[in-house]
Parts: sequence; C-alpha cells; structure tokens
Amino acid sequence: MVDSDDNNKELLSVSGITKIFGTLKANDNVDLIVNNGEIHALLGENGAGKSTLVKMLFGSLQPTSGTIVWRGNKVKIANPSAARILGIGMVFQHFSLFDALTVSENIALSLGDNIEMGELADKTRSVSQEYGLPLDPDALVGDLSVGERQRIEIVRCLLQDPALIILDEPTSVLTPQEANKLFETLERLADEGRSILYISHRLEEVQRLCSRATILRHGKVVDACDPREETAASLASKMVGAEIDIVHRETGSGTGDILLKLNALTMPPATPFSMPLRGISLDLRAGEVVGIAGVAGNGQSELFEAISGEAIQADSDAITINGIPSGRLDISERRNLGAAFVPEERLGHGAVPNFALSENLLLARHSSDRADFLGLGRMGVIRRSKVKVLSRQIIEDMDVRKSGEDPAAAALSGGNLQKFIVGRELDRNPSVLIVNQPTWGVDAGAAARIRQALIDLAANGSAVMVISQDLDEIFEVSDRISVISDGGLSEPEPAKNMTREKIGMLMGVSHQNDADTPNTQEATA
Amino acid sequence: MILFLEKRANYSPLFSALSPVLALAFTLVFGTIMFSMLGVDPAKALYTYFVFPLTDAYLIEQIILKATPLILIAIGLSVCFRSGNWNIGAEGQYLIGGMFGAIIPVYFNDFQSPLLLPMMMIMGMIGGALFAAIPAFLKARFGTNEILTSLMLVYIAQQFVDWLVRGPWRDPQGMGFPGTKSFNESAILPELIPNGDAHFGTVFAVLVAIGVWFMLSKTLKGFEVTVLGECPRAGRFAGFSTKQMTIFAFLLSGALAGLAGIAEVSGSVEKLDDKLSLGYGFTAIIVAFLGRLNPLGILVAGLILALSYIGGEEAKIALQVSNRATNVFQGLLLFFVLACDTLIHYRIRLVTSSKAGGTG
Repeated sequence: MVDSDDNNKELLSVSGITKIFGTLKANDNVDLIVNNGEIHALLGENGAGKSTLVKMLFGSLQPTSGTIVWRGNKVKIANPSAARILGIGMVFQHFSLFDALTVSENIALSLGDNIEMGELADKTRSVSQEYGLPLDPDALVGDLSVGERQRIEIVRCLLQDPALIILDEPTSVLTPQEANKLFETLERLADEGRSILYISHRLEEVQRLCSRATILRHGKVVDACDPREETAASLASKMVGAEIDIVHRETGSGTGDILLKLNALTMPPATPFSMPLRGISLDLRAGEVVGIAGVAGNGQSELFEAISGEAIQADSDAITINGIPSGRLDISERRNLGAAFVPEERLGHGAVPNFALSENLLLARHSSDRADFLGLGRMGVIRRSKVKVLSRQIIEDMDVRKSGEDPAAAALSGGNLQKFIVGRELDRNPSVLIVNQPTWGVDAGAAARIRQALIDLAANGSAVMVISQDLDEIFEVSDRISVISDGGLSEPEPAKNMTREKIGMLMGVSHQNDADTPNTQEATA
Repeated sequence: MILFLEKRANYSPLFSALSPVLALAFTLVFGTIMFSMLGVDPAKALYTYFVFPLTDAYLIEQIILKATPLILIAIGLSVCFRSGNWNIGAEGQYLIGGMFGAIIPVYFNDFQSPLLLPMMMIMGMIGGALFAAIPAFLKARFGTNEILTSLMLVYIAQQFVDWLVRGPWRDPQGMGFPGTKSFNESAILPELIPNGDAHFGTVFAVLVAIGVWFMLSKTLKGFEVTVLGECPRAGRFAGFSTKQMTIFAFLLSGALAGLAGIAEVSGSVEKLDDKLSLGYGFTAIIVAFLGRLNPLGILVAGLILALSYIGGEEAKIALQVSNRATNVFQGLLLFFVLACDTLIHYRIRLVTSSKAGGTG
C-alpha cells in the first residue's frame, strides 16, 4: 500500500484553501503539508477552523477555493466515500455506533454491501490484535467502555487500509492509561508508513507524539513548527494569540460546614444504556472545590441529574442541601435552597438554542428570583426589562462576547455561551454549585476565566463540585479529588496526594459489588 | 438517493413573516389550475370564493358565525402545538363539549335562569376538557402517541353523540328526526346583532384570543409552554414538567373546543342534533398553523378559512362545483403553509450515495 521509498515525500498538500460560511471565513488561505509516515498535529482553539479543514479533507464539506493535492495529483474530494477510496480515513470525536448491534455488525454497516459477516469478524479480530486494540467482534456495543468504542472506530478505519488517518480529539474520552495505549498504536501506524493528522488542544500529547504541527487561529495558519522544540506555553500563546492568564488558587481548608451531603445516593439506570448510581456518599464543605474525575459515560450525567433534582430520589435523606433533606425536592426547590447547576450540554440542556440570552436567564432563575422577575402574583407576568438588565449585567461581568443586543443562545460561540451560563449561576452567589464539564469545548481564554470564577466562588465560602473529564482542569481547580467509575465514587483525597497514575487506577475500578446496588434497592422498593 | 432537510444557518426574516401570505398565493395559483381543469372560469371561481362573500352583509355574518368555532378551537390547539402536544382530536372534544353543555337543557327542559347559560358554557368546557384528558393521561402515564389516541377518540365521540340524539335524547315529538327538544329561551346564547345568525360565541372567541395571547407572550406559563415545546430537556432543567404540560395543554384545548361546541349548540342550532360534527376540529388545525400558532393571528386565519367555506357554498350554487372543491382548497392551504414554513427554515439536499454519510 504505502511505498517505503517515498517516506519523505508529500502525501497530502493543501494550498490556499478557503471556506466561507455566509460572512464567516472559517478557513482563510490555509496551507498544510502532510508527509508519508509522519504524525502531524493540527492545533487550535475551539472555532479556529480545525474541524472545517478536516471536513474538507474528508469530503463532507467542499472548499470555496484552493487546491488539494494527493500523492502528487490534484483531487476533488466530493464526499466521504471518495475520501475513503483515495485512502483517507477518519476517526470522529463523537462516535457513530449503534448500541444494540455487535462490533462487527457496526463495522459492516460502514463498509458497504458485499461483506460476509464471518469473514469480517475474523478480519476485525486479526486487525485489532495486530495493532494492540483488542476487540471481541461479537460483543454488543452497548456493553463496551468508551475506550473500546473508540477502538471500533479505529479498527473500522484501519480495515479500509488508509494512507492518511485523521483523528479528532481522540483522547478526550480516554483514561491516561488508555491514551498511552492509543499513542503506541499511532506510533506503530506511523512506522508502517501511514500518515496521521492528529487534532488536539492538549499540548503535552502533541509534544509527545507529533514531529510537526500546524497551528490555526481564526481560520488562518499562524505557524507551522516542530512542537518538540516549543514549550507548552509558547504553543498555547500561538494558539490563543496572547498570553493566557494562569489560574490562581489558595488551598482550601476543607473544614467548613457541610453544605451538600450525599448519603448512599443510589439510582437505578433510567434507560438500558445509562449508568446506575451505586451508593455514592460525599460531603461537600464550604470553601472547597471537589473535583470528580472520570472517563465519559461512567455516571457523570446521572450524578449531575440526581443532585440537580432533574431526577428525583425515592429517599429524602439521599441528598441534603444546606442541612435540609432534599432527595424528594424538584430542581426549583433545590435552587431555592441555594444550590445552582451548570450542565454539560450548553445548547439543549443549559439553554434553549433559539431563545435570547435574557430568556435563557429566566430559564434557570424564574423560581429563585421570582420576586424580581415576575409580577402580578400568581399570574406570573414576566418583567422583561428587569430580566434584560440583569442579563446585561452578567454579560458584562463575565465578558461575554456577542453580536446584537440580546442574541439567541445558539448565535454565541461555545466559550461565550458557557461564560453566560456559568455567570447566570454565579450571579446568584449560590452556596452550592455543581458544574458538569465546565470548559468542554471552550477556548483557552474563556476556560481560564471560568475556572478562576469557580475557585473564587469557593474562596468566598461556597461549596463547589466540578465534574470533569479533563485531568488538567481537575488538578487546576480542586482541593479534593474523587473519581467516578462504573456509577460509583471513590473516597475523595486531597489533591496534593493524587497523581495521574492513581486517578487512572481509580478510573478502572468496578463498583458492581458495592453494598447498595440498585438492583437490591429496586427489589425492596 | 436520499433527501435531507438541513436547517438553514441564516433564514430570511422577511420570508418567514411573509410565509402565510406566500402560502395563500400558492393556494390561489393551484386553485386556478384546479378550476381550469374542472372547466370553470378560474377568475370567476376565485371571485366567487374569495371576493363575492365579502360584498354581502348576510354572507359576512355567516363568515363570522363559521369563524367563531374555528378560532376558539384553533387557539386551544396553538397552546398544544407550541408545547409539543399533537392534539388531533379537537373535533371529538368539540362534540363532547356540545353534548355535555346540553345535559341541563335536555334533562331540565323547562329550567329557566340567568345562571343557566353560564352553567351550560362551563359544563361544555368541562366536557371537552374531560374528553381531552383521556389522550393526555395516556401520554403522560404510558407514553402513548397522542396523535393516534386523540384522533381515534373523535370517531368514538361522533358515534356516541349520534347514538344519543337518535336514542335516549331524541325528542319524542321530533317526527322521528334525530335531535333533542329545542332549548328554551334562557338556554340560547344571545345574538350578536338583533335577529342575526351570529351569536355571542364570537365575543368569547375574541376574549379568549386576547387572554391566551397575553398568557403566551407575557407570563411565565406561556414561557413554560414555549420552552417545553422547543426543548424539553432544557425545560426539565428549568424545573418545568413535560407531563404536567401535556395535561395542561390538553385540558385547555379540550375546554376551548368544548366551549366552541356548546356555543354552537346553544347559539346556532338551539338543540343537539346529528349535524354538529362538520369537521371544525380538523379545519382548526389549518387555522392554527395559518395563524402561526399566535392567538391574534388565529383571529385572522379563522376568518380566512371561514371565507373559504362560505365561498364554497356560493360556488356550489353559482358555478355548480362540488363543495369538495372547498376541501381541496383547505388541504392545499395547509400543505402550502407547512411547506413554506419548512422550506424557509430548511433547505433540501439530495445525497446520491447511501454510503456517503457512513460515519458523519
């Protein structure tokens, strides 16, 4: 497939690619060269144009202008199957797998029409073993961990024998150990002469893995360099275009009053593919930030919804907010006790996409600020001018960049909307704040600002819980760290006693045999 | 080959606002083609349908009379549709409302009191609301599809009312015609204009339009309706309950359909007979969408649809076209309203290979 003689020749050369959406130049005259057998990093903040560029290489978008040269020939990549025929494979950040089908059935779906299932299972097994990606072709995808699901995507890609493999933020869902395994696989693929285009914003990874990097900012290439010759700080400032504020933190005392108490919190799974919560106990004290690390899909969103009251508990004492048993209270009542919540998904959970920012302020605050926002008693007439005044205030406090006076939530970038959503809760000065993935998909500048705000809130005597898959973030903000795995929570440890390796170990722990499993609860309920 | 509907990143606010007008224009164009194919002069036909009725005071009053139930029902439906509850059974709620409101005058035919009319109206609303509560409960409790249950209940209501007026409720002096005894004076809704056909129900329709418009656009309840319709998960985060909203929306729209029913029985027919079901509950779906699910828009849309009914009657006499042409007209109108709204907000993309979207 790949001729080892032309190892140093250009495999892919992109020149002058521009992509315009309406008035936005998502890619502006971008050049990119990928050589045979190299792992090439594509770095950039959210919204820098990485995904747009990659989608054009994979044929799901067409460039407005510019040329793509593949193995010395100018090509037009009309659609993803054309990309596959050329030898370009892609592993997406978000998997597109069917939970109810087996591994080989999922792979068969993407390969086309004339495939013999038995043969495919054998091929899957051999390819997965060859590259150190063990997979059982007959396992149901619904039963697999996120790391295993990613392996399916990679194996699916490898079965098409690609010369160029594009990986979009592959480690965002992996434990450190799983990530290390992935790196070994990628290095091996590169040794075979395959090229890898590695999209990430994690700088250490890029420095460890990649020999060249192309850095995008606002749709333009700002630099092409060897990341090993740069420092993490210099790469970051190239990505952002400015020095990033460093988050400052005093160590919390951890002796304040218990503001949130989880007492053997147990929930059965809401759907066949969601995670149960298995006897989770935790004391969250005034003045501290507790970080909940864990690999995606281990019960983070279930834990968030249980604490927020979107899922209500059978046992009133399972959750105590500010000393009041709250297990049976709904989310508005919990907010009225001083709790505040920032969910993982901004659009569609934390905010209604088509609603203006001020309306999205009302969304979360209509009960806690009833006296201010609503008039005429039970009629509940909305005082829009008051809502708008506060909305402007939050926009100013959090430095939310937007166009228009009161734009729709969907019109803001991820980072700016997240600043607004966090600001919406901080402005209430809540005594308990629960945040799920506070800076997921948020640019570095906004992320630093949000983390600082969380730390400052705790410093002023509130209790903060940060659920995050980003270990850097966990270490940056937490006084104590606990790990969620398999729906159970590890005993929280002071952050200074925690290491990445230890967290990695805890991420693999099974809580199936914990005392209060939901099954026994269900039987007694 | 697959058709994809893709949301447009930028849609034209001008076209969005003009959508109902565009839909009307398309309907007229296709109406022209239809009349040509029927061998009728299209200009004359369209004049008879849409202009002539407006030149005659009697016909204008008929339009108002027809528009009243359409508007009342459509306002209730607008709350349902905005909240994401697809109540297709307003016709049944309208019938049961009319039947429920008739209970007192049927069993106490001689009872006279100024309180009788308010009692009948309230009974009508309760009847419609109770009947709407069935699909609402089934959806909230068991997750059944409310489109199917509410629609099927229409046929039950039609058969039940038909049985009542031919059986237990039939007027013994009615010469064998199906129908209850005529109501006494105090059970009859006052006329809008003395000696006219239009009745006080129109006043209800206007008041309800203003009231529900106020609720939807100014109050937290209206906010809740829109949030849950747009984005149920964000609604749950806001502390709103999808299930309670299902119950609320169905009860409200059932009550308004029931009010339309009893207003029609009491104000227009002056008894309950077998001809109450004229499809208002279905036509009101068109009215609701043509009025952009906005109660004030529905006032206008109701009059336009009523015009097409009255015009159809005129066309039947003047042009000898079947009044099925009216149904075709109304069908075209709903089709174009929905098509315009959809194509203004989405674009159609043809994808030729099924493998193209493999992992995308």
